[in-house]
Amino acid sequence: MNGATSTRRLSGWLLAAPALGLLALAFLWPMLTLARMSLNETSDTGAMIEAWSLSTYARLAADSFNWRLTLDSLSLSAFAATTAVILGYPMALFLFRTRSRFRTLLTIMAVAPLLVSGTARVIGWLAILGDHGLINSVLISVGLPTVPLINNLAGVRIGLTESVMPYTILALLAGFGRLDARLEEAAATLGARPMRAFWRVTFPLTIPAVSAGWLLAFALSISAFITPHLMGGGRVFVLATEIYDAATQTLDWPAAAALSIYALVLLLILMAAHAAVTRRLTP
Amino acid sequence: MSTGPVVRLMAVCGYLVLLSPLAVVALLSVSSGAFLTFPPPGFSLRWFTALAGNADILSAARNSAVLAVLVTLIALLAGFPAATAIARERVPGWVVLLLSAPLLLPTLVIGLALLMTLQPYGLVATWPGLVLAHIVVVLPFVVRVMVSALQALTADMEEAAATLGAAPLRAFLRITLPLAMPGVLAAATLAFLVSFDETVISLFLVGPRLTTLPVALFHYTESRTDPLVAALAVSLVAISIGVIALVDRLVGFTRTVGHVE
Repeated sequence: MNGATSTRRLSGWLLAAPALGLLALAFLWPMLTLARMSLNETSDTGAMIEAWSLSTYARLAADSFNWRLTLDSLSLSAFAATTAVILGYPMALFLFRTRSRFRTLLTIMAVAPLLVSGTARVIGWLAILGDHGLINSVLISVGLPTVPLINNLAGVRIGLTESVMPYTILALLAGFGRLDARLEEAAATLGARPMRAFWRVTFPLTIPAVSAGWLLAFALSISAFITPHLMGGGRVFVLATEIYDAATQTLDWPAAAALSIYALVLLLILMAAHAAVTRRLTP
Repeated sequence: MSTGPVVRLMAVCGYLVLLSPLAVVALLSVSSGAFLTFPPPGFSLRWFTALAGNADILSAARNSAVLAVLVTLIALLAGFPAATAIARERVPGWVVLLLSAPLLLPTLVIGLALLMTLQPYGLVATWPGLVLAHIVVVLPFVVRVMVSALQALTADMEEAAATLGAAPLRAFLRITLPLAMPGVLAAATLAFLVSFDETVISLFLVGPRLTTLPVALFHYTESRTDPLVAALAVSLVAISIGVIALVDRLVGFTRTVGHVE
């Protein structure tokens, strides 16, 4: 009996060995290298000095710019997540309930943007929001002044919201599983108007789905780089763009590494906080 | 229960926000104008012609295709056995966690970590470096899809084959592998698409002599805004749809993925 178990174990390890080896080499080792890099120092001339110290973290914490950056990243992500849930909720509810024969097609359309590279979608937004884009052309043609919608926070907010929407819709759809249409019908039978039935019966039942969809959208927003970089035009600063600039422009690798670790810890704290709140809310 | 008019109207608004950038990219890719302006002054295929004559973009496209094929093959070879071990519960839980961990981290951080690790060994802007980098994000997808596909198969079949006298290898080759084939193809398709579209990690690991198509698109968008980027974006989407349609024709991809979900 014991021998059979250990043979099973051994064969399991042998089967998993190539995949584990590849991830140890290309994922674990680099993540350790990143953590190690964050403990190095940067000299006044910008050269890297090997060290085991927290001075890079101290330097970043002393710079008020980084605290602004944190607040801006958090509020931008909260905005994108909230808007994505507000826009995605009716879509997910519709897809969950509809008996239309186009249901599969409509579901595919809702997640289709996932198959399109983020850059392609940004190009679409540049053409819609740009100074000579769709919206401003319409404004000009009716004699109104144009509004700047790219290379600023507004553009990043719009692009980011759209880029996380498919994930939000998927999370909402997955969470709607426990929704029972008969409950709303019962409410209607008992005389509740549709709006009242929705807010008193349907919506409370979907709060866990909303909460999960929001967190996913938030985590993806704070991790996003392509949209803030391209839609912000170098004028919108978030954690992700700052990490990229430190790594590729100022070549301050210890700072880039320390900011990365900081962003990861921030994500972890938020997920733990979300889990604690969810546990308290759900009986 | 039917959906109310309010829900339907709001859903339409959601679809408009979600799909308008794709529609606009498609429309402007056939613009005859010199800029990404709206409305386009006229329609022509000049930007697709320009794309076909752009040597840099063609070589980036070839790199991306070769890279995606290499990464898919390696990810399948390493991922299939690992998925078998997980589906048969022969490895502890933390292995499962490690094999999906890269999907939980921002790709920006993974790219940066790989840059810092590979540069001292001169592996930046090389094929081995790019293949390793793509494996990190492709392997977890492959393992996840393959585990779902293998869990749907019962171990009973292999055991029945063994009872009937088949050696383990023969039972695997004749019973398990054919039954798992739709899952393998679904995993391969996903692996190819993820690698072919990967932008952020590659951004750190390409160089002037070796670049990929999504990175070329990214840098082009940074500096210029002519309809060439729209034509390039449409070509990328067309390749993705083409791959999916091809696999769907062969085995029914939507059915397989629906089954996995």
